[in-house]
Amino acid sequence: MVGLVIVSHSYKIAEGIKDLTDQIAAAHKGIVCAGGMEDKSIGTDATRIMEAVKKADDGDGVVLLADLGSGVMSAETAIELLEDENIDVRLADAPIVEGAIAAAVSAVCGSGIDEVIKQAEATRTVKKVV
Amino acid sequence: MSTRIYDCLKCIGEKIIENKDFLTDLDREIGDADHGVNMARGFQAVIEKVSQDEADIGAVLKKTGMTLLSTVGGASGPLYGTAYMEAAKVVAGKQEMSAEDFKLCLQAAIAGIQKRGKAEKGEKTMLDSLIPALEAYTDRIDAGAGMAEALDAACKAANEGIEFTKTIAATKGRASYLGERSIGHQDPGATSATLTLEVIRDFIKG
Repeated sequence: MVGLVIVSHSYKIAEGIKDLTDQIAAAHKGIVCAGGMEDKSIGTDATRIMEAVKKADDGDGVVLLADLGSGVMSAETAIELLEDENIDVRLADAPIVEGAIAAAVSAVCGSGIDEVIKQAEATRTVKKVV
Repeated sequence: MSTRIYDCLKCIGEKIIENKDFLTDLDREIGDADHGVNMARGFQAVIEKVSQDEADIGAVLKKTGMTLLSTVGGASGPLYGTAYMEAAKVVAGKQEMSAEDFKLCLQAAIAGIQKRGKAEKGEKTMLDSLIPALEAYTDRIDAGAGMAEALDAACKAANEGIEFTKTIAATKGRASYLGERSIGHQDPGATSATLTLEVIRDFIKG
């Protein structure tokens, strides 16, 4: 199953998103949080993201969902740190909450990584006010 | 006995820590008031975690980059972390750094920052100090100058870069939300990058 890593500046945001995905895609056991710093303070840490990716991967690849600014930069750094590992890891260009839920549902239904990314990124254009 | 590269990094760290409040105050004007605090925390960890007797300069710079990635927290973490790690690749296995090596390190560091931040010169970032510094350094080296003299020119260009950041609006990072209101303030990242170059210059001059 395609793994997911939730990258946020905030420990609580990452955990909160995982609470949501656990509710909506309960059978998915490969969703890992990488929120905040090691001591749970605000920030992002590429090495923690790297470890989270290793944990989330079962061989089918891992999709990263990141919040803004250095969340994206640290996620991209983590992908580079994993260059020598045999893991298909990619960053979804998607809003973190909507993207995580779409990706979790897609992954738990057995989609491959291309489809999971596609579903996550499709949430970018979902209108909330019509 | 610690190595020269460790001693130099320690000097950079001490300078950043000494300027923690200054850098944070600059960042309060246009950013999220964390640059000094984050950088000081990162370099405190560098001083503590990087081996004092590792002779391989590449290994030392790589460890410095990894430590910054995992301790800085803000945008300067992946930016400076990547810069040090890209520089590390240039001098992997080397125990001495020539004037030419330093040029290649600075070049690689800048390329890493550009890759990570997707920024160009003129966007009110550390690149506004680092790119002119590299150009000035390269000019002097190519003209036959020594490393200390070239670093003098680099620091002068970097300081002019800081002045330049006061005249432009930010288009990257949190400061970009301020738009035109960011004009008049100097960029904290350009400032910490210039402080770093000045420490290296002073260190080389001994």
